[in-house]
Order: sequence, then C-alpha cells, then structure tokens
Amino acid sequence: MSDFRIFAIAGSALTAQSARLNAVASNLANADSVAGADGRPYRAKQVVFQAMPVEGGGLGVRVTQVVESAAPLRMQYDPANPAADEKGYVALPNVNVVEEMVNMISASRAYQTNAEVMNTARALMSKTLTIGQ
Amino acid sequence: MIDRLEQDLSFFRHALGVRGYRQELLASNIANADTPHYKARDLDFKAALGAALGTMPTVPPVRLARTQPGHLGGNGAPPFAGAMRYRAEYQGAVDGNTVNMDVERAAFAENALQIEALISFVNHRFRSMQAALQGQ
Repeated sequence: MSDFRIFAIAGSALTAQSARLNAVASNLANADSVAGADGRPYRAKQVVFQAMPVEGGGLGVRVTQVVESAAPLRMQYDPANPAADEKGYVALPNVNVVEEMVNMISASRAYQTNAEVMNTARALMSKTLTIGQ
Repeated sequence: MIDRLEQDLSFFRHALGVRGYRQELLASNIANADTPHYKARDLDFKAALGAALGTMPTVPPVRLARTQPGHLGGNGAPPFAGAMRYRAEYQGAVDGNTVNMDVERAAFAENALQIEALISFVNHRFRSMQAALQGQ
C-alpha cells in the first residue's frame, strides 16, 4: 500500500476500461454508417489489454493496441442506395450490437469495481494516518 | 525505552506491510480481470509474514547477471516473491485468464478488514502505553 502503488494499479485499470467503453461507444454510434471517415465501411474496433508492471511490484493494465474486427461486413440489398455496388448490395459495418452491449456492461462493471478498490484503499490510508491519535 | 517501543510495534509494522502488499496484489488481479493470459496471484500470508519477520527462510531475490555494459539490470524480484502463489483455477476462460472476480472481491474486502483490525490493535497498544505513562 506504500508509495500509492495501489492507486496506480486501479487507476491504470480505470483508464483501460474507459478506453474500452470509448471503443464500444464508437462501434455503437457507427453501427449503421455506410462509410467511415476514410471512405471505406466502418469496422468494429476492439481494444487489447496487457498487464503492465508497476514499479515495486503489482501489475496494472494498459491498452496496447486497437484492432479492427475481421468479421465479414454486413451486406444489405438496397439497389436504390447511392453506395450500392453493381449487384445492388450496400456494405454495412460488421458491428454486432448485442456483443457491444455485453462488452459495455462488462466494461462498466469492471470500471465500478476498480473505483471501489480505489475508495477502499483511500479509506484504509486515511485510517493508517490516524494511528496513535 | 524507544527500542522497547520498536520491539513492541515491529510485529504490527511487518504484518501491515504484508497485508498492504497483499492488497496491492489483489488490486492487480481485479485490474487485470479482462487481460488475456493473466494469471491471478495471491500471497501465502504465513510464509510472507515469516519472511518479513525473519523467522522463515526466504528465497534470495533473483537478479539478472550483467556480463556486458549494455545489459539491462532488470527490476529484481518483487517483495515477498518467495511467498507469491498462483491461484488455483476455478473455472477456465477461453482467453487464459484465471481471475475470478467473486473470489478476488471477497479476498480484497477480507484483507481490508484485516488491515483495519491491525490498525485498531496498534491504536490500542498506543492507548495502553499512554495510560501507563500517565500513571493514573
């Protein structure tokens, strides 16, 4: 508990989980986009977590990369759409809304738990400061 | 006089140190609940306290040999490395992660309570010493 390492650990988890929440938010927001910023159809993004050693022991967590889902794009028959190909199909993002919702709930629960860890550590530290009083 | 005080309190100091480190390890497990291939760890409390008090033989810290000036020294072994254990897997996960959130949260709450108990013991020691000093 010394050196406030526990705050570094829980804090890194908060950052990582909020990055995951960000990815979910952008996936859900673009679930029906026809084309992304680069003109190609949007692909679902997933963050990759990795354990990160904290100075003096303990392991925090960090986001090492953001990967794009390799799942096939959703092809919808809509010949009237200007973005349709020669066969009349429009390529829609490969975002799975159900998966994203599950991911979101998991990330928010993990975020809450780590916030609780921080609160407990804070309470214990202020208790430690009152030793001998 | 002061050395007696130190003797009296050193047990609590070491116990708090071990408890504090265990709290850190449990926080690491909770933080890495979604990290692929992460293996949950915990302290063998008895061994760690024994190592801290010097009543139990400890594994000497493992260091990297540096035979060239360009070699990195490494961080050395974490404290209580000899008492660190991997938690037995409860339910396998596809990504190789062995953190069981319920187990970790329960252990975290229990350890927090143990720390609070230790702090009240220390406070109690202080209060009885003060009472003795006042001689009333």
